[in-house]
Formats: sequence, C-alpha cells, structure tokens
Amino acid sequence: MSQPPSGSLKKTPLNARHRSLGARMVEFGGWDMPVEYSGIVFEHMAVRTRAGLFDVSHMGQIEIAGHDALAAVQRVACNDAGRLAIGQAQYSGLTTPDGTFVDDVLTYRLADDHFMFVVNASNIVKDYTWIAKNLEGFEDAAAVNASSRYALLAIQGPAARDVLQALTGVPLGAIKYYWFTTGEVANVRATISRTGYTGEDGFEVFVPPASAERVWDAILHAGKSAGVVPVGLGARDTLRLEAAMRLYGSDIDETTTVLEADLGWIVGWKKDGFNGADVLRRQKQDGVARKLVGFEVLDRAIARHGYDVYAGGARAGVVTSGTQTPHVKKAIGMAYLPVEHAAEGTQFEIDVRGRRVRAQVVPMPFYKRAR
Amino acid sequence: MYPSDRKYTKDHEWVKIDGAEARVGITDYAQKQLGDVVYLELPDIGRTLIKGESFGTVESVKAVSDLYSPVAGEVTEVNRGLTERPDTVNSDPHGSWMIVMKVTGGADDLLDAEEYAELTK
Repeated sequence: MSQPPSGSLKKTPLNARHRSLGARMVEFGGWDMPVEYSGIVFEHMAVRTRAGLFDVSHMGQIEIAGHDALAAVQRVACNDAGRLAIGQAQYSGLTTPDGTFVDDVLTYRLADDHFMFVVNASNIVKDYTWIAKNLEGFEDAAAVNASSRYALLAIQGPAARDVLQALTGVPLGAIKYYWFTTGEVANVRATISRTGYTGEDGFEVFVPPASAERVWDAILHAGKSAGVVPVGLGARDTLRLEAAMRLYGSDIDETTTVLEADLGWIVGWKKDGFNGADVLRRQKQDGVARKLVGFEVLDRAIARHGYDVYAGGARAGVVTSGTQTPHVKKAIGMAYLPVEHAAEGTQFEIDVRGRRVRAQVVPMPFYKRAR
Repeated sequence: MYPSDRKYTKDHEWVKIDGAEARVGITDYAQKQLGDVVYLELPDIGRTLIKGESFGTVESVKAVSDLYSPVAGEVTEVNRGLTERPDTVNSDPHGSWMIVMKVTGGADDLLDAEEYAELTK
C-alpha cells in the first residue's frame, strides 16, 4: 500500500510503531496518524467485545496553575470546575462570548490550584492563545502548553481493566469513572484516567514521550491472549459516533452553541461570569432554534458529513456525522434540525448525492454498553 | 497477482469478457483503498451504459466511490447476493462480480493485468 509523504507532518512518539505494524497512515489535524491497522470493522468490534489500544498522543494538554487557577478555569470553560475534587475530571467546553465552542475538552484537577485541559490536536495553538488572552485579567494564573510533555495511550473495551491491571500496582477498580490517579504502568511513571471516547469502559494513560513505546509494547504484549489489538482513527470515529460523543470540527465548532449541541449538562448553571454565560442562559430560558439530533436512515443508503437535510419541504440543516457503523450495523448519524422537527420519531429527508432518502430522529446514544 | 483472464480500467474496475458478455467488479487494489465495504448500489437490469458511465456506488465505513462501466452495453444481470453481503468485495474482490453486461462496444484500450499492476505499484 502506498503511504502519504509524512515529511511536514507532526509525528507522535509511536509513529515508528504504527508503520512497523503496517498501519495505513493519514494526515489528521497536521499529524501523521494511523487510520487503520487491520480494518475499521475488525478494530471496532475488538473494542466492543475485547479491548483496543489507541495512540492519542496528538491530543494536547494545557495546564493552568496559580492561586487564581480555579477562577481562570471557571472563566474559560463552561462546566463547573469548582465541583471537581483533586483527582477528578469532567467534560467541558471552552466557550466564546456567543456560547459556541472554541473547543471541547476534558478538565482535570491535578491539585487545588492546578488544572489540565486535554484538548483536540488541531486546536492546541488556538486554545492556548485563547486561554492565555483570557488569563490576562487574573493576577496569579499561568497557562502552559504542556502537550510535548505527554504521550497519551487509550486502552478501551471490556477487557481493558484486566489487561492494564497486569502492568500496574495501582488498583484500577478503585478508580471511578471520570477520576484519575498517578502511579506506574510497565514501570513507567503514568497518570491513569478512567476516561475514553468509545462508549466502553477503559483507561487513558499519560506517560513521558520517551517511554511511550515501552508502554505501548507492554500493553499489546499483556493483552495478546485477551485479543487486544491496535486501533486507528477510523474505528475511533465509528466508536465515538455509536456512543454519540461529539466530534469537534464536525458536530460542534465556533458556530454551534453548547445548547444547540444538546450539551446543556456540561454547563455550570450555578456559576457566573464564564464566557458565553449570557447567551446560554437566554437560550436555556427561551429555547434554541435548532438542535443536534441523532438519526437513523430508513431507506437503503448511508448519510455522511455535509449532506443536506430537508424538513417540511425546505432545506433545514446538515448532517454533521454519519456512516454505517460496525456494531449497530445501521446507517446512523447526527444532524442539526429546527426544533420543530427535532422530536424523537420525526421523519425528515437527507439528500444522498442527489437522491432524497428518509431518516428518523432517534434517541442518543446509539449504543450503550451493558453495565 | 491480478488475474490475466480479464482487463482493467484506470478507475480500478475489472471486466471479464466472454464473447458478447462482460462481468464487472472492482479490483483488490480498489477494495484495499476503500476499506471495509458496507453498502453497494447497483443498477436495474436493462439499463444501457456508455463506456465510463457511473453504474452505481460502493461505500465503505469511511468513503463513497462511484462505479464506472468499463465498456458500453446493456445490463443483463445484477448480483443481488452481493448487495446483501457487501463485505465479500473485500474478501474476494476478483470473484465478486457486480453486473453482467451485453457488450456493444468500447472493449478496446483497457489495461491488461501487467499494465494494471504497474499502474497501482
């Protein structure tokens, strides 16, 4: 298979591993990343039934520290970071004054006055610049782009905990969902977080870049008998879609508000003064004009990102994510629809390359693991 | 690696011509580029195609690709079994015919196996 030239692209510390595993490499947000190793369907099903290992070292880390760190985080991110204990994480948004997304992030509380945002790879510079600008009004809060200090590996799936447990003395069962701790994995200093982007139980492991290959190899070796396989960005996308997790740049961006994206649960309504608070409060009170919904295609067709949506005879929106996914085995997706057409069960049409096909609003997520 | 009993197009279809009858599918190279095939849209029997005309689409999890007729002719058979099991295109691309055509022309200037292998090197 031919590989794209990777000269100008950024590489994670695991780039040589991906190439020696025969991954098909693509450009993603300026990075040379594996899209698939053995095939999207196989990798997707491995995560649903066993476990998969992902290199997500392209994601960024921005740390905020100082006496005013909490106040600064409360300003730039819409969720209520004051509710985080040390060792706890939450999904949040970096919001504009319009209540739209600069980025969607995970906020980690590392200490009383020390936080870390894990941000999307393509937004690292934009986020850092935005945060630094917002910190100007605070006396004692500094932001550091710490992205180059971390490699990030994700092990996800029902077997993830047992496989990782063999490599660490940290009792993984004691880490609750959306909590993290520090320890060692394969004798490497690590932050172990019970988070992920797949809809499965699993962990994300932050390690020093120089040790990334050692941890990667150790997890694949320890997981061999359990059927753990490396998983690329292709299956990462279908897994997150089944779990209805938003993708920045497709489902959310600087033109979509947090409430339009139906993510009201990540807004700290009890706190004041965060970017976009006024707009979001008004939208909460008055309602939004359009809303991100999940849909299923009823006719035989696959709806994809960018396809036009029609409701009540008029063009009404656009598909933000969509494909036929391997576990659900249906053509599913997300789209922005006017609220009057956004109720579950409502039928609408999608223009699939010139052909109008029927689709129906369905509840999200499309997949929910058995607990 | 490409069977020599048939011809190929630059758009990565294969065509196996037997008298006036042509079977059409996509190549191993094409299925590898697409990844897991999950959906096939094929024409109705009786449709007349000119050489190079799109006769359907093949979709993988992450991409859509048009299918182009390697020759001119009329569609006489459609492999409905394949639309039910589109992943067969991945496991057996050169055995997975999509349509049969009654050829009326355009069978010249196709690539032979060696030329196609060279193209996709």
